[in-house]
Amino acid sequence: MKLRAPYLQAAPLAVILAAFLLLPMIVLVVVSFFDYDSVQIIPSFVLTNYRDVLGSMVTWRTYLSTLRFTAIVWAITLVVGFWVSFYLAFVVQGRVTQLVLFLVCTIPFLTSNIIRMISWVPFLGREGLLNTVLLRLGLIRQPLEFLLFSDFAVVLAYVHLYTLFVVTPIFNTMMRIDRRLIEAAIDGGARFWQIVAHVIIPLCKPGIAIGSIFVVTLVMGDFITVRLMSGGQSASVGLMISNQISLLQYPAACANAVVLLAVVLLMIAAILRIVAIRKEL
Amino acid sequence: MIRKLAGPFSRRRLLRTASLATAGTLAGFPTIWAQNIKNVTLRQFGTGVSNLNAIADKVKADLGFTLQMTALDTDAVTQKAVTQPKSYDVADIEYFITKKVFPTGVLQPMDTKRIKLFDKIVPIFTSGKLTPTSQVAQGTAPHTVAFVESKASTKFAPHPTQWATLIPTIYNADTLGIRPDLVGRPIRNWKDLVDPTFKGKAAILNIPGIGIMDAAMVMESLGTMQYVDKGNMTRPEIDKTVAFLIDTKKSGQFRAFWKTFDESVNLMTSGEVVIQSMWSPAVAAVRSKGIACTYQPLAEGYRAWAGGLGIAKHLSGLELDAAYEYINWYLSGWVGAYLNRQGYYSAVLETSKNYMSPDEWGFWIEGKPAQADIKSPEGKIMEKAGAVRDGGSFYERMGHVACWNSVMTEDRYMIQKWNEFIAA
Repeated sequence: MKLRAPYLQAAPLAVILAAFLLLPMIVLVVVSFFDYDSVQIIPSFVLTNYRDVLGSMVTWRTYLSTLRFTAIVWAITLVVGFWVSFYLAFVVQGRVTQLVLFLVCTIPFLTSNIIRMISWVPFLGREGLLNTVLLRLGLIRQPLEFLLFSDFAVVLAYVHLYTLFVVTPIFNTMMRIDRRLIEAAIDGGARFWQIVAHVIIPLCKPGIAIGSIFVVTLVMGDFITVRLMSGGQSASVGLMISNQISLLQYPAACANAVVLLAVVLLMIAAILRIVAIRKEL
Repeated sequence: MIRKLAGPFSRRRLLRTASLATAGTLAGFPTIWAQNIKNVTLRQFGTGVSNLNAIADKVKADLGFTLQMTALDTDAVTQKAVTQPKSYDVADIEYFITKKVFPTGVLQPMDTKRIKLFDKIVPIFTSGKLTPTSQVAQGTAPHTVAFVESKASTKFAPHPTQWATLIPTIYNADTLGIRPDLVGRPIRNWKDLVDPTFKGKAAILNIPGIGIMDAAMVMESLGTMQYVDKGNMTRPEIDKTVAFLIDTKKSGQFRAFWKTFDESVNLMTSGEVVIQSMWSPAVAAVRSKGIACTYQPLAEGYRAWAGGLGIAKHLSGLELDAAYEYINWYLSGWVGAYLNRQGYYSAVLETSKNYMSPDEWGFWIEGKPAQADIKSPEGKIMEKAGAVRDGGSFYERMGHVACWNSVMTEDRYMIQKWNEFIAA
C-alpha cells in the first residue's frame, strides 16, 4: 500500500499527460510518415514529407528567418526584462510597492495578445499616430513606411508580448537573492557593475534560463504575430505549418512540426546544459 | 410512385410518400409535412458570406425547423467538410473546394428531380455557359464539378446528370478594389496592380489558390505570359508566375498580403494600400465608412467564384427531407433577393426579382442608375440615388469571367512554390 500511494498520487497527471500530450505526439509522428494528395491523407510509410521539408530551400530560409527573430527578440527581452526586474527588485523599496509595480506590468495581459498586437496597427501605420505626430513636428517629410508590415513591426510586437515572460522569472529569482551577499560585495569594495556581473547575474541564472525558454519556445512556434505584423510578408515555421494545415496537407504539416519540435527541444537542452535550473533554484 | 420512392420500407416513409402523392407535388411547398418537422435541427456551416442569421430566422418562420449556422474561413470550411463529416448536415461550400471535398465521400449526391426550380438555375451551373454563345472560362468552372455519374458515385460527370454535388446558391465576379481618390489615374488593367507608381501601396491576397490566379491575370495583362489554363497551371507556368511574384515582392511593390476579409478592409480604409485584390462585401464595407472605393472592372475580365449547398452523407429520413425543403426554399426567392442586395448573385434570378423593388433590381442586376438610395438588407444606405453599380449589369459582369477559383492538378507543388514566395 505504501508503495502504491505515490504512484496513485501521480496517476491523474500521468493520465492527463498521456492522453493529451503523449498520444497526440505519437499521432503527430505517425502521420508525418503518411502520404497525401489534395483530397485525403493515405496511411502508408513514406519519407517524402521529410524529404520535402529538409530538402527545400524554403524550409531552411524559413528556419533561418525564424531563428533570426528568436535571437533578436531573445536578446532584447533579456536586456529589457533584466533591468525591469532589477529596478523592481533592488531600486524600488518596500514589498508592497514592488508587488504593486509588478502587477502593473501585467496589466496589458488582461486583454488577448491578438488585441495587443492589432492595437499597434493604427499607431504605426502610414497614416498612423506616430507618423502623423512626426510629420506635424516636422521631424520627417515622408511617412516612415518601415514602421508597419515589416520585420521591425514583428520584433516590436514580440518584445511587447513576451518581455513579461522574462521579467517574471528573473524578478522571482532576484527577490530570493540574499541581500547580505550584496552588502558583503559592497563592503569588499565591489563596484556596481562588478556586483551585477559577479553576484546578481550568476544568482539569477535559473530565472534567466526559464525566461529564455519561454521566449524561445513562444517565438519559434508563433505564427499569428508574424502574419499580422509583417502584413503576411514574412515567413515563420509556425506560419508554414499553419498554411499546410489549412490546405489539408496534414502529413507535411506533421513532418514540419516534428522537425520544429526537435529543433526547439535541442535549443532547450542547450539552455539547460548551461544552467542547471533544478540545482540552482 | 409509392413503390418507386419507398426504398427502405419504413412506415413513416410510406405515410409521407402517400401524403406527397395526394398533394400531387414532389418536394413542393408551402410545406405539407407533419408537426414533427418543427423538432428538426439542421446544422449548416460555411463561409461568413452566406451564413447569415437573417436566413436562419427566416427558415424558422417559413419552414418551421431550426437551422444552426457556423461561419468559418475558406480554409477552415474545407477542413471541417473533410475531417468532421458528422458535425454538419448541410455544407455551404464553394464549387472549387468541391473538387477536393466530394471525392472523399462525405457528401451525398442530390436528386435534382427533387429540386423544384432546378431548370431555372442560371446555366453557368449546368451547361457552363451563361448564354448559348458564351465561352466557358478557365479554372474550376462550377459545371465541371456540379454533377456525379450516379447516386453512389463520387466521380464528376462532364455533363448534367440527375445527381448534383451542390445546388448553387451564390456567386460573384471578383476584381481589384481601388481607392479612386488616391490612385490618381484611371485603372483599366490587371497589370496596374504592379505599376511602380503604386510601389508599397499594393496588396494581394494570401490564399494560394486564389492569389496565384490574380498573379496570372496580372502576368497575362502584362503580356509576359500566356496560360493554357490559369486555373490548372503546369509546373513551368507555376515556376514563372512565382518567380514573377518574388521579383515584384523584392522590388517593394506590396505593402501586405491579406488573408481575411477584415484585413483587406483595414488596409484600404487606412490608406496603407490603394490597389489590391478584394471581395465585393469588403468594398462595400470600405464605402460604408464614407471612404471612396471602387470595385474596378478590368479589360481582361473577372475572376469568379460560386458556392452552393451540399448534403452530408449521414443525413436520412426526416432530416434529409428537411434539407431538400430548405434547399428548395433557398432557391424560391427570398434569400436570393437578400444576397442580390448585398452585391452577390443568386442561382435563380427570376424568383428573387419578386422580392426586390424594381429600383433594386435595376441597380443590382440590370446595371441601371439607382432611382432612390440603395439600401443593404439591414437597411443601411449603400449607394446614393444616381449611382451605377461598378461593372454594370449581371450579364456584363458574369459575361466577362476570365477564370474561376480553382484547385489545380499541381496543387501540392503550387503551394510549395507559394510558400517560397511568402518566405522570399
